[in-house]
Amino acid sequence: MPKIFTTIGLYVLLMQKVFSRPQKGRIFWHQLMDEINSLGLESLGIVAFISAFMGAVVAIQTAYNISSPLIPMSMVGFTVRQSVILEFSPTVISLILAGKVGSRIASEIGTMRVTEQIDALEIMGVNSANYLIFPKIVASVLINPVLIVFSMWMGILGGWLAMVASGLVSTNDFVSGIRIDFQGYTIFYAITKTIFFAYIISSISGFYGYITNGGALEVGQASTKAVVFSSVTIILFNLVLTQLLLT
Amino acid sequence: MIEARNINKTFGEHHVLKDVSCVFDKGKTNLIIGQSGSGKTVLMKCLVGLFEIDSGMVIYDDRNFSTMNFNQRKTLRQEIGMLFQGGALFDSMNVEQNVMFPLNMFTAQSLQEKLDRVNFVLNRVNLDNVSHLMPSELSGGMRKRVAIARAIAMNPQYLFCDEPNSGLDPHTSGVIDHLIREITEEYGITTIVNTHDMNSVLSIGDSVAFIFEGKLWWKGDKETILHSDNPELNDFVFGTELTSRLKR
Repeated sequence: MPKIFTTIGLYVLLMQKVFSRPQKGRIFWHQLMDEINSLGLESLGIVAFISAFMGAVVAIQTAYNISSPLIPMSMVGFTVRQSVILEFSPTVISLILAGKVGSRIASEIGTMRVTEQIDALEIMGVNSANYLIFPKIVASVLINPVLIVFSMWMGILGGWLAMVASGLVSTNDFVSGIRIDFQGYTIFYAITKTIFFAYIISSISGFYGYITNGGALEVGQASTKAVVFSSVTIILFNLVLTQLLLT
Repeated sequence: MIEARNINKTFGEHHVLKDVSCVFDKGKTNLIIGQSGSGKTVLMKCLVGLFEIDSGMVIYDDRNFSTMNFNQRKTLRQEIGMLFQGGALFDSMNVEQNVMFPLNMFTAQSLQEKLDRVNFVLNRVNLDNVSHLMPSELSGGMRKRVAIARAIAMNPQYLFCDEPNSGLDPHTSGVIDHLIREITEEYGITTIVNTHDMNSVLSIGDSVAFIFEGKLWWKGDKETILHSDNPELNDFVFGTELTSRLKR
């Protein structure tokens, strides 16, 4: 049987263990807060940096490519808004988070596996999969939409700052472009994608960390696999979700 | 008492445990010895359920562990403490949090009660003023002692120790060995120690099971092991310069 089916089977079996009621609600709450901090809030800096610069680049490229006097310069604001909300923030930032957060989750859990800390949990009678992975999934699903909304805001801000600094587009034109034909559904679409991607990142990375077997080399390999497979799955689901939600 | 009955375990084509049957007595330090790769760690992991056995039975005081479901095993495991080779302390928690972890998960005790218990078990393993240190700040021997403290925090009926002396100097090894023995006798628990350290065998081996090529090859105690005529056991026991001098 191809290895991919075995892997998917193992993933489904692990998720059955993950999605059960936490043994102690108070401990789960503490873990959740810790994970929201480490997986979400500690990513704010990189999200802000990348979003602002990508928004600026999209604005500059659009402004330089408008050569016809029939196209108003407000189209720059419109293009930045649409690019950032529809694709750049939910998908590209999720891919960035797959690298940052995914490798962290896989290496953390993988190290716990090879140093027998997961065995110690099991011996105590703790459902280790639920204890280690469930708070990370819940935290990611809760905090990633916040990060993505923040990324949208930073992307548009970056685009506006670039236009004002370069003098290519006035603030009035840029702001009126942002307001053209705005549909709230695009935000719903972006948040829905983000929630799916957050689940993909945390569950796949948790899976590869949990099934690690060996030593330091295997932890590194698990981390790489977590990032690669999370990214590939995000790209595939991006197509599926876009087809489902926008057509 | 823990009983292993006709245990078989294979990994792919490799038959690691071959029809192993053995009884481990209550209130005694039961040692499993054997060369590296002989199957003793696999046997211990089968006994605690970290590996599922292919056939046979594991019985904890008339309770058949092999046929228990997840929840039944979860309940029984609260009676089990285990000391892992590297200590397996949780990196993200300090000493106090590590020892308190099983109490947090499985008891409804107040914080003060839990702190009292943590201080008691840390004191029992001769550790003072280390509560707020992280595992990375501890020496090998201290890590093992914290792991023992965590293992006994819930008053276990069964204690498993996987190579408790690995990576320790002879003096610290002796301290850990005697601590395990004292705790076993003091609380009347069933202790199983996995080791290939002959010093441990001769000092705490109330009962010794020798595993060779996945089979239970010999069973005795620290007195009879030196006078056995079993050639494989003698190769193992007198395999070092120190023990060969003992024989001469």
